Amino acid sequence: MTTTEQNIDQILIPILEQVSDPEIPVLSIMDMGVVRTAVIENDIVKVQITPTYSGCPAMDVIGDDIKAALKAEGYNSEIELILAPAWTTDWITPRGRKALEDYGIAAPLNAEADKDVLLHGKRIVKCPQCGSTNTRLVSQFGSTACKAQFQCDDCQEPFDYFKCLK
Amino acid sequence: MKNENLYKYILGIADNSLILGQRLGELTGHGPSLETDIACTNMSLDLFGQVRSYYQYAAKIAGDNRTEDDIAMLRKEREYVNVLLVEQPNTNFAYTMARQFLFDVYHLLFLQELQKSKDLTLSAIANKSIKEVSYHLRFSSDWIKRLGDGTEVSHQKMQDAIDGLWTYTDELFHQTEADIAMVSDGIGVDVTKLKDAYYNKVKAILDESTLQTPESKWFQKGGKKGIHTEHLGYLLAELQYMQRAYPNMEW
Repeated sequence: MTTTEQNIDQILIPILEQVSDPEIPVLSIMDMGVVRTAVIENDIVKVQITPTYSGCPAMDVIGDDIKAALKAEGYNSEIELILAPAWTTDWITPRGRKALEDYGIAAPLNAEADKDVLLHGKRIVKCPQCGSTNTRLVSQFGSTACKAQFQCDDCQEPFDYFKCLK
Repeated sequence: MKNENLYKYILGIADNSLILGQRLGELTGHGPSLETDIACTNMSLDLFGQVRSYYQYAAKIAGDNRTEDDIAMLRKEREYVNVLLVEQPNTNFAYTMARQFLFDVYHLLFLQELQKSKDLTLSAIANKSIKEVSYHLRFSSDWIKRLGDGTEVSHQKMQDAIDGLWTYTDELFHQTEADIAMVSDGIGVDVTKLKDAYYNKVKAILDESTLQTPESKWFQKGGKKGIHTEHLGYLLAELQYMQRAYPNMEW
């Protein structure tokens, strides 16, 4: 329960990779890092997932989607929600970060840079549309709990920034 | 119930977040601007998420067929043990932010200590929530400064809000019997020890915002014992309406 390591059975990875975050459909739950354990015990797949934010309404849907995806491959499963260790944006994989950018969401910076951006208005978040860093914070809270609202002052496009959570 | 003190202790933490979350949720579609509306409902969502973890744990301890929903939705007014501060209405945006700020400063100090709890579930919830609550505090402190150090009108409104809510701050540091029992078991947080840090932090932000720290020594209390201001009844009427009108409904 306190390990930061994932424990996921190799055979299950392709199945779990088909399940995506309902709020960011381009991102698989594996690239998101929310699946912590998936092991087969007595013909039942035991899956442990961890929420990005406490109130993340996507967790129930993710649990159901995992069950359905495993069922389609002939596995029964049990889903457990765990809180420790707490999820961090560091667990998003490089492929996940790229998927976010392609989708129009700026990927999280490191904790230090994130503070500079959200507290001191530093212009370093890269616009996912035009690549400019001439961007500014519109609001610390965005369309979902994990994002903040930004606008690019070069191409004028508004966009979401995935907040760093550590 | 075998572990009644722990059960009561959890409600003492969770009820604050439930009632504050409900207050913030009232602003859905009614915030002063789109961004602040979204911010308030985001914070509400964080608090409800935390509340679910606490109530699920409490339901498990209760050991009967109680669920997290029963605990949230089916208690009577006198059975809620939240502090009076969090049930105060959204009089105007200055009040909403002042209430948030006065609670956030406490909430963060509290969770920092709860992380050290011997109870692994409580420390895990605290560890998870602390990241969210630090963000809430940043947001509310920011608004204290913007309104306090803003125009003459915004300054006055924020000062009125701080003055009006000040009387509810001392109760945060009162201990219930369940608190005392849990502190001695190494599970609970000794809130009396947070008081100095709290008022120092609050004063520092108020100073920076050009606001006066109230000097009144007269404080309201009662929430932790279930004796509430008139506002809670109305809040619960709205919160509980669906479960009362259509018992056991799900969506």
